[in-house]
Amino acid sequence: MAVTTAAHPAVGHAAHAPTGFWRTCVFSTDHKIIARQYLALGVAWALAGGLLAGAMRWQLAWPDTAIPLLGEIGPDTYNMMVTMHGTIMVFFVAMPILLGAFGNFLIPLMIGARDMVFPRLNALSVWTFAAASAVMLASFFVPGGAASAGWTGYPPLSARVEYTGVEWGLNLWILALALEFASFLMGGVNYLTTAMTLRAPGLTLFRMPLVVWQQLVAAMLFLLSVGPLVAGAVMLLLDRTLGTAFYAPEMGGDPLLWQHLFWFFGHPEVYVVLLPALGFVLEVLPVFSRKPVFGYRWIVWATVVAGALSFIVWAHHMFISGMDPRLAMPFSVTTILISVPFAYIVFAMIATLWRGSIGFEPPMLWALGFLTMFIVGGLTGIFNGSAPADVYINNTYFVVAHFHYTLFSAVFFGGFTGVYFWFPKMFGRMLGPRLGHLHFWLTLICFNVTFFPQHHLGLAGMVRRVANPLQYDALVPLQGLNVVSTWGAIGLLVAQAVFVANVVVSLLAGRRAPANPWQANTLEWTAPSPPPHLNWGRDEPVVHRGPYEYSLPGAVDDWLPQDRPPARAGRRPGTT
Amino acid sequence: MPSLLDWLAWLPENASTYGADIDGIIAIIWYTTVAWFLLCFAALGAFLVLYRRRPGRRAAYVKGERIREAVWILVPVAIVLVLDLWLDVLGAPVWARVKIDRPPTELTLQVTGRQFNWDVVHPGPDGRFGTEDDRQFLDELHVPVSRPVRIVLRSKDVIHSFFLPNFRLKQDAVPGREITGWFEATRPGTYELPCAMLCGFGHSGMKAYLHVHAQADYDAWVRSQWP
Repeated sequence: MAVTTAAHPAVGHAAHAPTGFWRTCVFSTDHKIIARQYLALGVAWALAGGLLAGAMRWQLAWPDTAIPLLGEIGPDTYNMMVTMHGTIMVFFVAMPILLGAFGNFLIPLMIGARDMVFPRLNALSVWTFAAASAVMLASFFVPGGAASAGWTGYPPLSARVEYTGVEWGLNLWILALALEFASFLMGGVNYLTTAMTLRAPGLTLFRMPLVVWQQLVAAMLFLLSVGPLVAGAVMLLLDRTLGTAFYAPEMGGDPLLWQHLFWFFGHPEVYVVLLPALGFVLEVLPVFSRKPVFGYRWIVWATVVAGALSFIVWAHHMFISGMDPRLAMPFSVTTILISVPFAYIVFAMIATLWRGSIGFEPPMLWALGFLTMFIVGGLTGIFNGSAPADVYINNTYFVVAHFHYTLFSAVFFGGFTGVYFWFPKMFGRMLGPRLGHLHFWLTLICFNVTFFPQHHLGLAGMVRRVANPLQYDALVPLQGLNVVSTWGAIGLLVAQAVFVANVVVSLLAGRRAPANPWQANTLEWTAPSPPPHLNWGRDEPVVHRGPYEYSLPGAVDDWLPQDRPPARAGRRPGTT
Repeated sequence: MPSLLDWLAWLPENASTYGADIDGIIAIIWYTTVAWFLLCFAALGAFLVLYRRRPGRRAAYVKGERIREAVWILVPVAIVLVLDLWLDVLGAPVWARVKIDRPPTELTLQVTGRQFNWDVVHPGPDGRFGTEDDRQFLDELHVPVSRPVRIVLRSKDVIHSFFLPNFRLKQDAVPGREITGWFEATRPGTYELPCAMLCGFGHSGMKAYLHVHAQADYDAWVRSQWP
């Protein structure tokens, strides 16, 4: 069966390919199908998360007026929307798309493997995620409604029913997150084991494409950080259901315990989402500037250093939480230090463009969009990371603006970088470049209209998670900015219709994609588009060099695939 | 409305002694990050224009692995590192002034958050709690100008956050803990005090007012409350 052929790639391929709708499209163990399943679930959740954001923005611009199709919402519904928007975007959009879909699709193809090392575990992982999705979706429809204690779920607000009025909604929220974590643990184990054991001959660790490195570091961060949060979530569930008192101060518990456990996971989690997006951009920049990425090994080490540092910065979310104030400056130092490896990576991205031959096809536009917006988000992070500045900025809209410039960049600019670049490989059709350009520019403009003014609202003192800014004297004269931000958000939602149209047109009538439409070097482009079951025919690729050998002096072509034997490379043998 | 390009102008008017220190740190970070923003965007913009694809021109083969090449970005990264440490060196004393070293105070107020109000206990003319002249106010704090005031923060139910934007002071109120904060107002006036932590359906609109009185007005207010 597929499992054994994948684990023993020497066995021939086509004869063992499963047939029939259920085995090929639903309960498949093929990493490419599983990637598509993650992608489909992630995109569906993105629609839900985006619509929630639209409703929230409507309420903030025109408080207590009827929202189209939804009617007027009260403050408790608003809190539910805030909570579910955050939860959905981080755990049900960013993770399944950036890790679930692209990790699954790219890792075997880029390392020259026929599938993941544990294909059935992989299928179990996506179905566990589907179960998590079902539970999360169900939580909207139970009496009392969905969770409304913020995506960070701080107790005691989240720990006792009477504080929010939400009963089963929040229990299901915990259960859905637990299932989601289980799903990504299975995925992470698979990614790491696959990359360690199934690399093609010649593919040394330092010849792996950067996006594989970044998926692996992300998987490692997730594996190492999620344990404490699972423990914390179990305690929260016990507090809610059995009346234990882990977080109940009146019975000797401590609410701050949750914050430590949550953020010990929560900050690495930010990089779990960010690193794969950085990886997509780092794959696209060299291809469209026809140049090696600037300082490959340095970027790998910067990624590892950033990952390691991410475990000792968590208390910067807690400067004013009531923890001992003497702890703040040490965490402020580590937090600001983490800007160093990311500064390295950003500078390396810019340096990759230097003396390149830059083409502006849609994947490149999205990559540049990521780079520019991420620079803004990275710089505003310095304000939050400084403990004295954070005294003022904490829990204001400045923070909201900051993490959308970083996370929206990662998930959407980074995610679309990946989609526009690998869509031909995934689906065998080219996306229309004109609609791609239109989609990019509309998204970039509307994104900035939405989030740029939120810096100013935050600096003016607008606190997060308020349902009605007009309740505050200081904000009444600034309401115009909230209206502008909302129009931006509406535009941002509408702009995504361009993408949907592009995908539909492309799948129905798009130009058939050649195996290597971008003249790229990495191994996935040596397989047909889309790759068949088990990815390659009888001959598996053998790797002879690193992934970014573009514009090699003396060579005829300005690209040199990783698998082309040195004799045909037009260069002396042994070049790496 | 101030210019969207001058973020510092958006901070509300400062009315506390240490507010200017915090604004100073925010200003230093603002100028530093604006400089980096301009540098990055200038380099990026220049490269995108200069090295756009043109027929007959090939990209340079530069891998950036050797020190001689890598130094072009290692030096900026080293500058980032030095600036980072410099910001923390400047920030540490400000943090200590606001959150660690509290000056001696004559007046202490006990402020307790609950869904969705602030209960404020004023110790009365004797300045001591637990005596008969303690008096509780709802969503109202009264203090004299130019005197350090101590706040003892508590919460009855969930986490709330005590935020005085004009004073650049924010501190979470955590049930089960007693957290002390302080401030010294520099000018009389009435200041909004929103709750900055999601605390339930009444979070939006949960706010109090801080009334800062000139000394004579404050004495008159005390006489009117404790005749």
